[in-house]
Amino acid sequence: MKSKHRSITVILVFTSLLVLSAVPAFAMHITEGILPVQWAVLWFAVSAPFLFLGLRELSLRRQQNAQLMPMIGLVGAAVFIISCMPIPVPAAGTCSHPCGTGIAAIFIGPLLTVVVSSVALLLQALFLAHGGLSTLGANLASMGVAGAFAGYGIFILVKRLTGSWWIAAFLCGLLSDWATYSVTSLQLASALHGTAPFGKFFLTVLLAFVPTQVPLGILEGFLCVGAYRFILTRRPELLKIFTV
Amino acid sequence: MKKIWLASGLVILLALGMYIGLRTSDSKWAGVDESVVEKFAIEAKRPPHEPLINIEHGDLPLLVFLLAGAAGGFTAGYCFRGLFPAKSES
Repeated sequence: MKSKHRSITVILVFTSLLVLSAVPAFAMHITEGILPVQWAVLWFAVSAPFLFLGLRELSLRRQQNAQLMPMIGLVGAAVFIISCMPIPVPAAGTCSHPCGTGIAAIFIGPLLTVVVSSVALLLQALFLAHGGLSTLGANLASMGVAGAFAGYGIFILVKRLTGSWWIAAFLCGLLSDWATYSVTSLQLASALHGTAPFGKFFLTVLLAFVPTQVPLGILEGFLCVGAYRFILTRRPELLKIFTV
Repeated sequence: MKKIWLASGLVILLALGMYIGLRTSDSKWAGVDESVVEKFAIEAKRPPHEPLINIEHGDLPLLVFLLAGAAGGFTAGYCFRGLFPAKSES
């Protein structure tokens, strides 16, 4: 009986996804060629230490826990899918995507999230023309570094202050998404403001993201709560094993 | 059972609502890469370039995906014991 219910649910969900998939959609990340060379190099330099520390942590933690690598692969696949999953926002008439780095940071820690984000962004740049190789450092800084650390920081802070995991998880998803797009605005403003004042250009870009990213950030907050609750109720031991 | 039907109903309603909304709307549904990032980049005379490694030629993406899948699958299979070690008895 249970398997019958599951089958019905799976069929219904897949039908809905097929209906949705008929709609053309697009996504973000800074595309190839938009950033001048010096800015592209600078953002590589900003991201590189985090990536190095992440690889070192991966090497240390995999010696302590042999089950870490499959979990890293799973979280990496989730970040890859979530960060190229375009969602239409009817209020704005545009499409964008959540980032998934907040929830990843809760499960495996922010430094390992930088590592999985770098792999996800590289594959997207190579195979999906989503982002670019020259802008990989900038996209890693916004999505991998800012998204992961902002989400993880707020999750730990709010959980300690309020003791409520769901408020913490919601704010983690919300703020990791907004932090990502704020840093993207900063990257665009710093590289492209020209003779216009930097602050004004930054605010203009940031405000242009608002109609799309406010609802998507809220959606990512709920996504984060759902994913955390799923693990908490079904496999709570995973949170003890893998979280930092 | 009730929960399953409720969740499934909500998903279907959401999907249909979005489908109808998107099909009847005049909006282009451009991504924020186009509507925000590229807009400001073009205004600043930094239009996006083609990807450095452009695989969008005929069926080349299929071949590249096949090769990447085969290489990834082979590597995962070769490193299977390292990736999925047996659980210790303790």
